[in-house]
Amino acid sequence: MFEKLFAPEVLEEAGMIIRTQFPLAIWETVYVTILSTAFAIVIGLPLGVILVVGEKNGIRPLPAWLMRTLNVVINLLRSVPFLILMVLVFPLTRLIVGTVVGTVASIVPLVIAAFPFIARLAEGSLREVNPNTIEMAQSLGASPMQIITQVMIPESVPSLISNATIAITTILGYSAMSGIIGGGGLGKIAMNYGYYRYKYLIMVAAVVLLIVLVQAFQSIGTRLAVKSDKRLKNQG
Amino acid sequence: MIEIKNLSKTFRTAEGEVEALKNVSLSIADGDIFGIIGMSGAGKSTLVRTINMLERPTEGSVVIDGVDMGALSDKELRAKRREITMIFQGFNLLMQKTCLDNVCFPLKLSGLRGEKKWREKRAMELLETVGLADKAKAYPAQLSGGQQQRVAIARALATNPKVLLCDEATSALDPTTTASILDLIRTINEKTGITVIIITHQMSVVESACRHVAILDGGVIAERGEVGEVFSHPKSAAAKRLVYPEGDAAVSAAVPGERTIRVVFNGREATATPLIAHMAAEKGIEANISYASTKTIEGREYGSMLLGIRGGGETVRAAIEYLTKSPDVLAEEVEPDV
Repeated sequence: MFEKLFAPEVLEEAGMIIRTQFPLAIWETVYVTILSTAFAIVIGLPLGVILVVGEKNGIRPLPAWLMRTLNVVINLLRSVPFLILMVLVFPLTRLIVGTVVGTVASIVPLVIAAFPFIARLAEGSLREVNPNTIEMAQSLGASPMQIITQVMIPESVPSLISNATIAITTILGYSAMSGIIGGGGLGKIAMNYGYYRYKYLIMVAAVVLLIVLVQAFQSIGTRLAVKSDKRLKNQG
Repeated sequence: MIEIKNLSKTFRTAEGEVEALKNVSLSIADGDIFGIIGMSGAGKSTLVRTINMLERPTEGSVVIDGVDMGALSDKELRAKRREITMIFQGFNLLMQKTCLDNVCFPLKLSGLRGEKKWREKRAMELLETVGLADKAKAYPAQLSGGQQQRVAIARALATNPKVLLCDEATSALDPTTTASILDLIRTINEKTGITVIIITHQMSVVESACRHVAILDGGVIAERGEVGEVFSHPKSAAAKRLVYPEGDAAVSAAVPGERTIRVVFNGREATATPLIAHMAAEKGIEANISYASTKTIEGREYGSMLLGIRGGGETVRAAIEYLTKSPDVLAEEVEPDV
């Protein structure tokens, strides 16, 4: 099997596929991941805020039934396996994008899968804000909205960046899975060439590139989180 | 004028109801530095939080300059809170913002959003007042505890408040830094006439900064009055515990054969003659000092001593007579416990 894997004609074919298909695939993976994460943050961050401030002892308590519903919906969405979720949201995808296959169409299930996850991560970050700091803002006459926008979110920026990094790497993994429904990118190549046509070399190359991308996102995210944190002493 | 009227606060916990404050009434005059002292769990922090309604009282009211704080709408209360600001034990600065931005924070909250230049100018003035103008661009993590509390004081003063609430503001600081922070608070009080309420568990803080004091014990005001008066003639059990922390233990530890006299210095001039030495020289009564805690407040001595006197009742009576002849000194014989 191995002599076949590295046979000259196999290597040549693999080289050609890598040269012609990989640049677009990398680009598709990156933009689908970043776009999906961005949309998921737009939906998930406000939900994370609501999860914290809307509690019984929060700064802006909301009706208990509303909080319970929100928690159940988030848990429900998080329990559905991504593969199943992609199929389940077909009607919604068709409504928004007009089709259920393709790279753009894969963004819809990615956002649906990621926003509940991001809501929970944001919830965790915002809970880390010292309650005494919130009390301080209240003592100075801050309204709940001012506490959210001027205290809770700015004070938890380093933690939010760390968690956004976790989210983006997870979504990258999901986006590779969306190759199944025709979502473009490295996942699709790994699937089409490696899984369906037994071209293992291509599959390995695609997986290695995915690993490199995860590493890149993670180290950029970690660096940004550390740099943004003014609690660390001896900074300029 | 702050009037606290029949204030009670009950917390509901899993173990049942806890009465943190029971029918507390106090009035605090404008421009005063008022200390509220008590052991932990006495209800001090709850009491100070009811003044700006961070904690809603279960019963009773807080009236500031004729305005009933409990009757205000949320919006009115937020506006009112800019006149009654607060500093905390943990400083509670925004850790991701510079000192300058921290001081600008209450100004930004008050709706002067557009006037960034004006806000920063005012914040710089305040940082100068607290002696930290050079730290404007530094982050709180780069400052010492004392410096952080100075920034917090500058922030609390930004909206020109009428009342400054200090919740254990010096409890996390060393004695030297505590003294300098209290100095700053006194100076600001003298310059601006701001009313200051200091919550503390430390006698020394009340002695060096406050004019009036209330002793809170188990959610009840045990005693109140001028600092010198309360600390020299403590009447309630709670006040005695604070003023004579040596309690009965020291008395019972007296040397066998000695009788014990408690001497209380009630604002005697600090420059007056050394009392105990003179008693030995003039009356030939030698006293064994088994405990002494005296402090000088504004040039006057306050505190107490326990003296062990050898000899019979005659000697003890003579000693008490000699000591009480001196103005602002009280003396009495105390019985050992054992």
